[in-house]
Amino acid sequence: MLKIENLHAEIDGKQILNGLTLEVGAGEVHAIMGPNGAGKSTLGYVLGGRPGYEVTQGSVTFNGQDLLELEPHERAAAGMFLGFQYPVEIPGVSFAQFLREAVNAQRKGRGEEALSGGEFLKLAKEKAGLLRLDMDMLKRPVNVGFSGGEKKRAEMVQMGILDPSFAVLDETDSGLDIDALRIVGEGINAIMRAPDKAVLLITHYQRLLDYVKPDVVHVLAKGRIVKTGGPELALELEEQGYEAVV
Amino acid sequence: MNDLATLPTTRDEDWRYADPDWLAAADPAVLAQWRELEVPAGGAISETRDVAAGVERLRVHVGRDARFALFCINAAGPYARAEVEVTLEEGAHFEFGGVTIGGGDARQEFVTRVVHAHPHATSNQTVRAVQWGRSIGNFLGRIEVVRDAQKTDAAQNFRAILLEKGATANAKPELEIFADDVKCAHGAAIGALDQTAAFYMAARGIPPEVARKLLIRAFVADAFAAIEDADLREQMLEKALAALGEEAL
Ligand SMILES: Nc1ncnc2c1ncn2[C@@H]1O[C@H](COP(=O)(O)OP(=O)(O)OP(=O)(O)O)[C@@H](O)[C@H]1O
Ligand SMILES: [Mg+2]
Repeated sequence: MLKIENLHAEIDGKQILNGLTLEVGAGEVHAIMGPNGAGKSTLGYVLGGRPGYEVTQGSVTFNGQDLLELEPHERAAAGMFLGFQYPVEIPGVSFAQFLREAVNAQRKGRGEEALSGGEFLKLAKEKAGLLRLDMDMLKRPVNVGFSGGEKKRAEMVQMGILDPSFAVLDETDSGLDIDALRIVGEGINAIMRAPDKAVLLITHYQRLLDYVKPDVVHVLAKGRIVKTGGPELALELEEQGYEAVV
Repeated sequence: MNDLATLPTTRDEDWRYADPDWLAAADPAVLAQWRELEVPAGGAISETRDVAAGVERLRVHVGRDARFALFCINAAGPYARAEVEVTLEEGAHFEFGGVTIGGGDARQEFVTRVVHAHPHATSNQTVRAVQWGRSIGNFLGRIEVVRDAQKTDAAQNFRAILLEKGATANAKPELEIFADDVKCAHGAAIGALDQTAAFYMAARGIPPEVARKLLIRAFVADAFAAIEDADLREQMLEKALAALGEEAL
């Protein structure tokens, strides 16, 4: 479904990704772990097409399509979702308006009819309920004044509403309390666990992987995948740290 | 009075960002014209305006405990200047919301002078500028607090978004305060559209031109936030945003 080959990318002339190769098949959940500064968020931004992140070598194929050819919003419409490590605050734009624009822009991009106000509200209610996020929060400006955990849950509500086929979730578990972690974990399973979908889960800890069981675990260090294994690799890392394992 | 002698130039502080070509060709008689408005004690007047090309000047006297609110869209060109001079009696309030929005060679400005002539008067001014092309948006805001005008509360805020490299914004706050028990706040910031927010929107599938419009709408809305009638507020916003040409997005 997603095939990354020999990816090199730089920011401000500084090389961050260094020949990264990775393939995620449909129906799979892959976890990416790795030390701070390894380039995990950079990988997410490069997949999302963030301006300033320049690919200098390599390729990314998404469902047979050259992902790097697409504009960021086109990647979203093609089914790619990026859950942010630090969700962005947008004062003056309500979550509801933001999401309705997003859903309908994606639908338009796929040649589908726009959702009516009522249809959108029903969908939003359902997904907010799944993540136990108070619907009133969607009346507020995007992420403004949300607590760290609320922002992460709101990311998953967005994912539920947008219904992507592929999600890169960048430390969605950080900032969540114990109950929220379970709710988010179950939310990810409910939204993304399907034979035609896949997830790339960036995380530092095993705890989220207890809920969202990965099929494959990768270690990313210095801009490339240095080790790949099964779910047991995450446990090994947690016990022994990166230095011992890598 | 000799009108010719009073024709301003850009060497005058209040005209420093004005269009010199327009000034050179200006009719002194027109420049000397002021529209006068009286808000009687205890009364309230609220005005919304589309600023036309050229110079328009309004002088308002706001009576005791009265309230004057003015909301303007300045989307005109090549030169459009709206001047407001307000004198506040005891307990009076002046609310101002202004938006300059333009591209090409437009030069758009608000010039306000608020005189807190008596105690306990308040004023609040919010000006937003959205400029692209080689356009210029200016806000010259002067606040005068006379010696006896204790408990004055005056606020002024200017923010500009420059959508393209060639565009400019100028802010010139001027505070003349002769009373000591006074609150005066002013702030000015000039920047570009929030690229991080734009990428976040793109990552959710919102195309760049729609994202820009949403961000500009949120930015401009500050200037009209004090309009009480929600429909009117919406109308003003829509009207201002209608000035955004395709080249701005
Ligand atoms: N604008 C920039 N200019 C130069 N270097 C940058 C820039 N942005 C990020 N970097 C560097 O890129 C490297 C990778 O950062 P990235 O955010 O991808 O790390 P990460 O693996 O997500 O780390 P963490 O676990 O702390 O979230 C870091 O060394 C970081 O300092
Ligand atoms: Mg990171």
